[in-house]
Amino acid sequence: MKALTTVKGIVAPLDRSNVDTDMIIPKQFLKSIKRSGFGPNLFDELRYLDEGRPGMDNSTRPLNTDFVLNQPRYVGASILMSRANFGCGSSREHAPWALEDYGFRVILASSFADIFYNNCFKNGILPIVVNEQVLDGWFKNVAGNEGYELTVDLQAQTITDAEGNEVAFEVDPFRKHCLLNGLDDIGLTLQEADKIKEYELKRAEIHPWVFGQIK
Amino acid sequence: MAKTLYDKLWDMHVVSEREDGTALIYIDRQILHEVTSPQAFEGLRIAGRKPWRLDTNIATPDHNVPTTAKERASGIEGIADETSRIQVKTLDDNCNEFGVREFNMGSVNQGIVHVMGPEQGATLPGMTIVCGDSHTSTHGAMGSLAFGIGTSEVEHVLATQCVIQRKMKNMRIRVEGELRKGVTAKDIVLYIIGQIGTAGGTGYAVEFAGSAIQSLSMEGRLTVCNMSIEAGARVGLVAVDDTTINYFKGRSFAPKGEMWDQAASAWKELVSDEDAVFDEDILLNAQDIYPQVSWGTSPEMVTDVYGQAPDPALIEDEIKKAGVERALAYMGLQPNQKITDIKLDKVFIGSCTNGRIEDVRAAAEVAKGKKVASTVNQALVVPGSGLVKKQAEEEGLDKILIEAGFEWREPGCSMCLAMNADKLGQGEHCASTSNRNFEGRQGFGGRTHLVSPAMAAAAAIAGHFVDVSE
Repeated sequence: MKALTTVKGIVAPLDRSNVDTDMIIPKQFLKSIKRSGFGPNLFDELRYLDEGRPGMDNSTRPLNTDFVLNQPRYVGASILMSRANFGCGSSREHAPWALEDYGFRVILASSFADIFYNNCFKNGILPIVVNEQVLDGWFKNVAGNEGYELTVDLQAQTITDAEGNEVAFEVDPFRKHCLLNGLDDIGLTLQEADKIKEYELKRAEIHPWVFGQIK
Repeated sequence: MAKTLYDKLWDMHVVSEREDGTALIYIDRQILHEVTSPQAFEGLRIAGRKPWRLDTNIATPDHNVPTTAKERASGIEGIADETSRIQVKTLDDNCNEFGVREFNMGSVNQGIVHVMGPEQGATLPGMTIVCGDSHTSTHGAMGSLAFGIGTSEVEHVLATQCVIQRKMKNMRIRVEGELRKGVTAKDIVLYIIGQIGTAGGTGYAVEFAGSAIQSLSMEGRLTVCNMSIEAGARVGLVAVDDTTINYFKGRSFAPKGEMWDQAASAWKELVSDEDAVFDEDILLNAQDIYPQVSWGTSPEMVTDVYGQAPDPALIEDEIKKAGVERALAYMGLQPNQKITDIKLDKVFIGSCTNGRIEDVRAAAEVAKGKKVASTVNQALVVPGSGLVKKQAEEEGLDKILIEAGFEWREPGCSMCLAMNADKLGQGEHCASTSNRNFEGRQGFGGRTHLVSPAMAAAAAIAGHFVDVSE
């Protein structure tokens, strides 16, 4: 996993609530057996006017020029800003894979769906819960200033604008540690292998039917 | 201290606790399917890791599999769509390579993961159960701690048999009283989502309780917990009672003989203590619930069959108003349009929400001796598993449905998410027993209305929504 320490970048505004994972990456692209290459189909149904299929040449497809990511001023954006319940719906990790592949490293929203939120941290993306009032201000700032940027500092847990205004945010210490260092948590968990084995022995005594039934 | 059912399940599965409040939670069962597992197996391969345990995993393909008998006849090689074929084949290959038990596409035991698990007794009360699918919440209906995970966690569970989690908060939703005629488990859960919203349960393990929930069969309870994720809750729960225990007796992977007695007596403890405290406690009256129909593009955009689409002019909150306007435009509905005036192009009965034997029975009961309206282009009934299909055929339900003009298909997820060939065309309205009405969910530009199986069958016959209780 890519480490994330500081992200300074253009903010792309997606001003709607309940952005679901079907919207982030439609199901036809879930047929891939790889983890990469989902970026060109991020928000496919919003981004293009035709029906997307795997393997299409996306450069020749008709663009929905009203959609925020198709506007030249947001090219190269690395921070996506949206509203409540971002990432609701399916558990597909293809959603953070697509966001990351497109170039987003930070998602700002007033709330996130649990599974999506968790999946982000496994893929080098930092989802940040920001209160509605602060978001309202940033949506206004983005609308009024082309090239509007924010700087996110994970170590310091702050978001800063060009004028130096600073907003603090919360993040789980363990997730922060993994993200700052780009750590894969399987290796970390396996350091506790003895504890897992010990648990299994105890459990097998009281609930033996949990073991050995599927062969 | 008094404990909730969730507290008990959590405590039973803690391997170790960390100072930051997270815990390593032991996973008793993982179900794998073709869409969210290939990258996890690939991860194991690259790292040179093996599954921690083999007798804990069970796999079956469901999302991509074709549902016509013709396309299924020649096995995986017969799957017309190349990317689907590769994905289904990759699951077979991975299961063979790593030694994971699989019900492959040709097996009578194949089915939608959340239908197959309980019916095989592969998922049991008191277990922790995960799957790379958000509707894993389904299995909580039998008093187990079940939740959806992403692919990185699928790999983590394969490699370590654990997940790292922080404990959720406790919510209880009690539905008390007798259900009205024609009101089913699906209507209860749609009503709940309409009341608390799609983020109402975020961060909570939600226990469904009360006399209306207790009166439901196991199938009905599975339907309710299935859609807890649509209220934002990764975990839905129903306490164990005799209905639960009787359901599992004799199932293929359920314990037998003396071990059954031991298990059944342990499962009886899987209830919230009487004086347990919930962070949120919601009380609903069963008599307030009528057959539900979703009108919009989020499961919370729902009303009952006597209702109408909302009028954005009456909504003050600007973000909410914009959301309703966008949903009405996408759905091709007018403000205040009556639900019963919505005409249907397609009907889909199936999915992990409503693809069980009771659901097929409910549809057949409504369809018996009637005909699908000529204005309905397609009415599909897709059983949730090979065993559901077999049972339905033994009861003659397939004949009733075919006679009425429904298509009787092979088991799979089908039009719930339209990863296979079963999908809506642009602008088509569908009465669907599935779980999500998001834009494009059932096909590009498709318009989904979430309903119960009986309501879907009645809509197929009338060509528009009607109150099934009449």
